[in-house]
Amino acid sequence: MKYIDEFRDQALAAGLARAIAHEAGTGRDYAFMEFCGGHTHTLSRYGIADLLPPTLRMIHGPGCPVCVLPIGRVDMAIRLALSRPEVILCTYGDCLRVPASDGLSLLKAKAHGADVRMVYSTADALALARREPGREVVFFAIGFETTTPPTALVLREAARQGLANFSVICNHVLTPAAIAAILEPPGGNAPQAVQIDGFVGPAHVSTVIGSRPYEAFASTHRKPVVIAGFEPLDVMQAILMLLRQVNTGRAVVENEFTRAVTRDGNLKAQALVAEVFEPRPGFEWRGLGTLPDSALRIRVAFTAWDAEAKFDLGYTPVPDNKACECGAILRGVKSPIDCKLFGTVCTPETPMGSCMVSSEGACAAHYTYGRFRDLPLRASDTATPANQDTA
Amino acid sequence: MSAVKPGYARPLDLRTGRVGLAFGAGGRAMAQLIAELFARAFANDYLGRGDDGAVLPAPGPGERLVMSTDAHVVSPLFFPGGDIGSLSVHGTVNDLAVMGARPLYLAASFILEEGFPLADLARIVESMAAAARTAGVLVVTGDTKVVEQGKGDGVFITTTGVGALPAGRDPGGARARPGDVVLVSGRLGEHGMAIMAQRESLAFESEIVSDSAALNGLVEALYAAVPADAIRVLRDPTRGGLASTLNEIAAQSGVGMELDEAAIPVSPPVRAACELLGLDPLCVANEGQLVALCAPEHADALLAAMRAHPLGAEASRIGTATSDPQHFVQIRTGVGGWRMVDWLSGEQLPRIC
Ligand code: SF4
Repeated sequence: MKYIDEFRDQALAAGLARAIAHEAGTGRDYAFMEFCGGHTHTLSRYGIADLLPPTLRMIHGPGCPVCVLPIGRVDMAIRLALSRPEVILCTYGDCLRVPASDGLSLLKAKAHGADVRMVYSTADALALARREPGREVVFFAIGFETTTPPTALVLREAARQGLANFSVICNHVLTPAAIAAILEPPGGNAPQAVQIDGFVGPAHVSTVIGSRPYEAFASTHRKPVVIAGFEPLDVMQAILMLLRQVNTGRAVVENEFTRAVTRDGNLKAQALVAEVFEPRPGFEWRGLGTLPDSALRIRVAFTAWDAEAKFDLGYTPVPDNKACECGAILRGVKSPIDCKLFGTVCTPETPMGSCMVSSEGACAAHYTYGRFRDLPLRASDTATPANQDTA
Repeated sequence: MSAVKPGYARPLDLRTGRVGLAFGAGGRAMAQLIAELFARAFANDYLGRGDDGAVLPAPGPGERLVMSTDAHVVSPLFFPGGDIGSLSVHGTVNDLAVMGARPLYLAASFILEEGFPLADLARIVESMAAAARTAGVLVVTGDTKVVEQGKGDGVFITTTGVGALPAGRDPGGARARPGDVVLVSGRLGEHGMAIMAQRESLAFESEIVSDSAALNGLVEALYAAVPADAIRVLRDPTRGGLASTLNEIAAQSGVGMELDEAAIPVSPPVRAACELLGLDPLCVANEGQLVALCAPEHADALLAAMRAHPLGAEASRIGTATSDPQHFVQIRTGVGGWRMVDWLSGEQLPRIC
């Protein structure tokens, strides 16, 4: 664990905190968005808010794959699993609890008789299909660029083996499209936009796509991006690097996570993904609306393993629960405690919105690790200050 | 063996035989199972009488009886460091021990699935018997039911235990006070990760072995070291891990807690496995660990007593109880920030990204 301990050292953290405070001591406010749910988790899990100056605000971004999954896509999987007894629907753990229509989730659909199972990897899903030749194994695939290559791999493997009882519902989404949507809200409605001085860029995603995709974006929008690992000191170091860029008027892509990320990323993985997937013309994101070229679909050559084609699944968009502020939170406009349902109706046990499901979701992270920070506010029932830090 | 002619012809085939529905039907087959497996493994005078219950001597003067029960449905049935048999003894023995009691007797009830291999059942029962011997408890009565194939998960075991609580001992979840010191007896998360690694066939570099063990000896050592009244709360942090246990105590006692993450013992393999799966070791189950809250002036003596016992060699002082009207359990993280340690919500699920 030596490797990890180095990135959790208290003395180093204290030193970084001092450097950050010094760099941020210019009399102005700073707001940075951590795009990734993994970084949201790190900030909360290590109580990093305590080590940042009050003038610096971290804003949660839309980078939690479970959070951005719209209700309609979960409904699609639930309908399939409930209507076809031959189907075994399998997916990653957190997907099971995402609230869908009719008070259902995949987990609740399971209690209603659907055969829904949790898998740890795409390979497990493929193995299940081999073990159960008489059933239809459908893998509900979600995630950003990190989880896409493993899905591509099993699709290619299923095709190679001619495994006819395996298919995938592809919900893979693309990071750069989401970051662009934050800065150019759909429809260009400026009031929806939020002040962001820079981005903590994704870690695992960037190991696949590299740092290059953010370059045009940093220069066009004049927003610095620092790609950071998921350890607490990685994130603090990235914040310091962002501050230095802002203070010196630069806006470029820097890489804090050089131990895993290069400029070009993993070319082999990129080629694999390009072989199996192509961009979807449009895909609905929770909170961000329908974004062009922001997600992937399975190429025609692999149609036989595309569950959407195989089972003729249609997509019906479903609006979010009216009181749920997930959309605004995913755009960085609001914080969890701005939501009336937070901590009362909506808790990790009874999530009303997707942000309360995964530990990387802004609401779940704040509820689990940080809600003690709200107490003075909650007790006196005063209004929430605009820049309440929820990390 | 041949000297005694029992009332049936052929002994149970404990090597290749399987559980049949007749084993639970109350007839000869059931009598045979009890005689050849259970009564033999758990042999003692009370059980040997073969009555519907056990007549037990009353505890000593001033002592009170403590009773506890626990159902065990673990999957897989065998795991590194134990099996459902030893676990079913440790579970109930520990529930009694953390009440301050000296565990004395167990009742064991088995729900067997038709078709379950007798060899596996025998292995489980032998392991139970060994665990009971080590813990110094007697299995004095029991029950066996067989359910049709597909209606059980091999073996379910429920154990109910009775223990004697010596005068003066009165640990309870509601007795913690601000200023009390929080101690744990050793490394957290070993049992839960051993089970998870086995269940999901996750191959980790070094095998993680369950910590399943009977804690009554350790508890006796603690009471020998400090005045009984100094020990305010004892708990074994099983399902839900340390996080749920401390939240439970905080709520029962109406206190908050402040912990130091750096002081909480977690072995490198468990840390690495949790890291990989996105789990919090504080939420992972244990079966051989103990949490103690104790009056501050006796904390050092209690910690020394823990460390002097084989099951507490890696004991650590991890925090203190505070006065907090919200009863929050907070922890100073490795990098020096603060966060909450919340109840485990639902099941711990590995993260996606
Ligand atoms: S608290 Fe629940 S309902 Fe409100 S924004 Fe968060 S997830 Fe949505």
